[in-house]
Parts: sequence; structure tokens; C-alpha cells
Amino acid sequence: MVEHRPFGTALAHLTLLIGIAILAFPVYLAFVASTWDAATIANGKMPLTPGPLFLENYWRTLFVGTSGTTRQPVGGMLFNSFVMAMTIAIGKIVISLTSAFAVVYFRFPFRMTIFWLIFVTLMLPVEVRIYPTYKIVADLNMLDTYAGLTIPLIASATATLLFRQFFMTVPDELVEASKIDGAGPMKFFRDTLVPLSVTSVAAMFVIQFIYGWNQYLWPLLITTRDDMQTIVIGIKKMIVTQDALTEWQLAMATAVLAMLPPVLVVIVMQKLFVRGLVETEK
Amino acid sequence: MEKRAIFQGRLLPFALVAPQLAVTLVFFYWPASQAVWQSFLQEDAFGLSSEFVGFANYRDLFAKADYYRTIGTTAFFSALVTALSLSIALFLAVQADRQLKGGTAYRTLLIWPYAVAPAVAGVLWFFMFQPSLGLVSQGLRGLGFTWNPLLDSTDAMALVVMAATWKQVSYNFLFFLAGLQAIPKSVIEAAAIDGARPVRRFWTIVFPLLSPTTFYLFVVNVVYVFFDTFGIIDATTAGGPAKATETLVYKVYSDGRVGGDLGGSAAQSVILMVIVIALTAVQFRFIERKVQY
Repeated sequence: MVEHRPFGTALAHLTLLIGIAILAFPVYLAFVASTWDAATIANGKMPLTPGPLFLENYWRTLFVGTSGTTRQPVGGMLFNSFVMAMTIAIGKIVISLTSAFAVVYFRFPFRMTIFWLIFVTLMLPVEVRIYPTYKIVADLNMLDTYAGLTIPLIASATATLLFRQFFMTVPDELVEASKIDGAGPMKFFRDTLVPLSVTSVAAMFVIQFIYGWNQYLWPLLITTRDDMQTIVIGIKKMIVTQDALTEWQLAMATAVLAMLPPVLVVIVMQKLFVRGLVETEK
Repeated sequence: MEKRAIFQGRLLPFALVAPQLAVTLVFFYWPASQAVWQSFLQEDAFGLSSEFVGFANYRDLFAKADYYRTIGTTAFFSALVTALSLSIALFLAVQADRQLKGGTAYRTLLIWPYAVAPAVAGVLWFFMFQPSLGLVSQGLRGLGFTWNPLLDSTDAMALVVMAATWKQVSYNFLFFLAGLQAIPKSVIEAAAIDGARPVRRFWTIVFPLLSPTTFYLFVVNVVYVFFDTFGIIDATTAGGPAKATETLVYKVYSDGRVGGDLGGSAAQSVILMVIVIALTAVQFRFIERKVQY
């Protein structure tokens, strides 16, 4: 602090606490709702403290499904979301590590053309070319498959760009030392470059995992079978806008389950996440 | 910037870029070019044949009041969410930038909404503002306000703006905090010694030094509101009531899926592509220039 101002400091603590409370309130409310019965919520008299049905509601949400038969249990959707997020994160990291390696450590024809071809994908999210992409996935018979769910979303350059920037900062002496030792390019890549990139890889993993987990429009279009649904899609389908049929306690339990994995990843890997985010995007 | 030490090899580098190049060509360039091509076609009512119609789809689009209204909605929505989330985030970041006890804890507790899916954010906010049982709606009714985002377009817009802002504040906070921490403390101390009060120091020194961050965030936020809010809108209002919350991306989706108008939907996609490319280009030029000093 530049000068000592106990009042200003107290005020800063207070505003931050208010900010935190406002951010957390919707989630707290969802959690409270997920521990009561449907009637208590439906008549609008839900208390502001957790109720007695925590275990029962989460059990029903995860393994039984809502309304007995009409909705799928969320357990399977969680699994699909997990597969999707992991495949996208790992897929992007693998193809980006190798392509960044090629672009930085080799001179080959069309090198810059290829780099720009990849780079341009940064600008256009899948949403703007949604139907043609859908059609191609359909033509390739990839609807309702994990491949269709993930591979089209792997086609973007964020990770490639980050790894390229990181490789640029790796000292040339390491390559020379590796060459003197008689190591080929792939040995250098495996034994030197990849181990050095561990932190960047982990940071990218956090960001891409969240990106994959939170996808909405893409899985909405390409999955038609209930057993291929992801949890982010599933939760929306539980909310029946017009009438009182929505089982809010189960919908809110689903919401809590849907945000738990990515939020945990961010909190646990906070340092890496912040580093990765600020470095890739600026 | 180029590396001095490189490897020899002709085929190996191509093999290394091949996976990414293949995925990019098949799932990015092919569909993007299809979108452009399709925007010049018109399908018949049964989708059996299509005919090249030049710019007719674009002309149709701009001939309808519908499209202008969607542009207006998107502009209003983007402006509001961007302004709110940037100013709230900046305010919180300035508070967190003071060397407070428990600074890391504050940061953790403020950044987690970044990880919440937009659709889930929409559902959370919808629950609070659900007309009959929502906690906040009841409070509003108690105060004498009628509130129904399912029927009233202003209420619907307010709901999506709140959910979208809630979700975006944490991202902006993170970048503002990083920006603030990069400002050398000596500059601020010098101003303090000269007798500048905190508010004046903020507006004359800190804020101008933050302008690259602010500008970057401005562009990113506009792109966020254009695309990532799809989940929020679909989960809360589904573009309604009476299309009051239909944004450009939502219209691409609903015209293509519900309306079955692929040519028109593709034309809209192309317009969106142009907007994003323009935004990104502006951002790069601006940041490149800023980086020089």
C-alpha cells in the first residue's frame, strides 16, 4: 500500500466479500433447493438452509432418473461429459505439441502457410459454421459417437499457439547438446522438450477440459440418443418452462453436479489455470 | 522470430503437422467454405434441389425488419453485458489489488464462475427468477413489481443480461488483476508523494496504463456475448418472448433448425464470420501498436 489507510482497507475487504457473496448466491440457492422435496420448492416457501433430502435427491439424480422413467439418470451423462472433456483436452494437447514442434524446429516448404492455416482457426468459433459442420459429421457417420462429439472441436489453434510461444523460449543450446549426443528430433522431443513443457501442458489441460465440459450447442445438435447426452444438455432438458412439472430439486442437483468437476479443476489447479489463460490469450 | 538450431528432415515435419492439419481442413475449412457456398444457394421447399441465387439470401436478410431487430437486440445485449461485467470486474480487481490479507483466497473465490457452463449459469438464474416460485421474483412481487421473464420482454432481457454478466465478471477480474499487478508500484508512489489522492491516481495513472487490457477485454467480451451466451439464452428464454432475446447466433440456429432455411442461415453465418474476423483484426493491430512501448 502506498499510504496507510485502515478505513480504505476495511472497505476493500467489505466490497470483496459482498462481491463473493453475490457470485456465490445462485449456487448456494441451487444447493439448498437440491436438498428439499418438490412440494416445498413448488409452493415457493423454500427455506434458506439445506433440507433433509440431500442423499436421497442426489441418489435419484445420479442413478434413478427423474420422474421414474421420463428422464435419464445423470450418472451416464456425467460419464459422457467426462469422456468429452478429456478427449478434447488430450486431443488438442497432443496434436498441438507435435505441430508446434514441427513449425518451430524444422524448415520445410509451406511452413508459414500451414502455420497461418492453423492460426486462422482461432478467430472463428464452431457456432458460426454450425450447420455445415453438422452436415459433414453426419456424412461421415459420426452422429451420436464420441468421435463426432469431440474431433470437430479439437480443430482450433489455442494450444498450438501457446506451445509455439513456449518452444521459442527454450534455449538453442539444448538442441545442440542433444545433437552432439547423437539424438534425433523425436528423441529430443520426447526426452527434452515434452518434459520441459509439463507446466504449459497442465495449464492448457485445465483450460481445454473446461472448454470441453461446458460445450452446449455442438452436443445439442449432434447427439440424438439419450445415452449420448452430456450433463450440460441434460440439465436444460429437465426444465419444463411452461408448467409445474419441473422437478426443481433434481434439476438443481444436476446443476450442482454439472458445475462441480470444472469448478474443482479451476480451484485446485488455480495457479496453472491463471498462467495458462493469461499467457495464451495475450 | 526464428530458431537458429533446427533439425533436418523432409517428411518428418509434415507427419508432425498432419494430424492437426487434417482435423483443421476437414472440420474447419471445409464447413466454413460450405457455409459461404451455401449462402449463395436456395433450396426448394423439400430440400431436394438447390439453385444458385447469388446474393439473394443476403438481400432477403437485409430486406426484413426481423434481421435489423436481431442486430439491435445483439448490440444492446452486448453493450450492456460488456459494460457491466467490465466495470464490476475492474472495481473488484482494484480492491483485490491492494495488498490485503487473504489476497489469494479472494482471488479463488472470485474466479470460479469462469468454470460454470453458460447453460448452467442460465438455469441457476432462471431458478431465482422463475415467475411463480423463484426467490427473487417473490421478493419483487412483495415490493409491488410484477416480474415474468416468460411473458415480458424487458424482464427476459434483464434475466439474460444478469446471467451473462455473472458468468463473465470472473474472467475480466482475472485479467484486470494481472494488469494492475503489472503496473510498477513506484509510479503510483511517486504520484502519491506529489499529493495525488487515490481516485485521481486511479483515473490519471492506473486507468490509462490498463487501457491495453481493457481494450483486449472489450473485444473478447463482445465475442463472448456473441457466441458463448447461446447456452444462457437457450436455457432461460429460448430467444423469447416474441424473439426479444434472440441474438444473431441464436437466429442462425433457429432459422436453420426450426425454419429449415439453410441458405438464409448460412448467409447469417457468413456475416457473423466477417464480424469476428474484423474484431480480431482490429484487436491484433491495436495490441501490436501498444506493445511497442
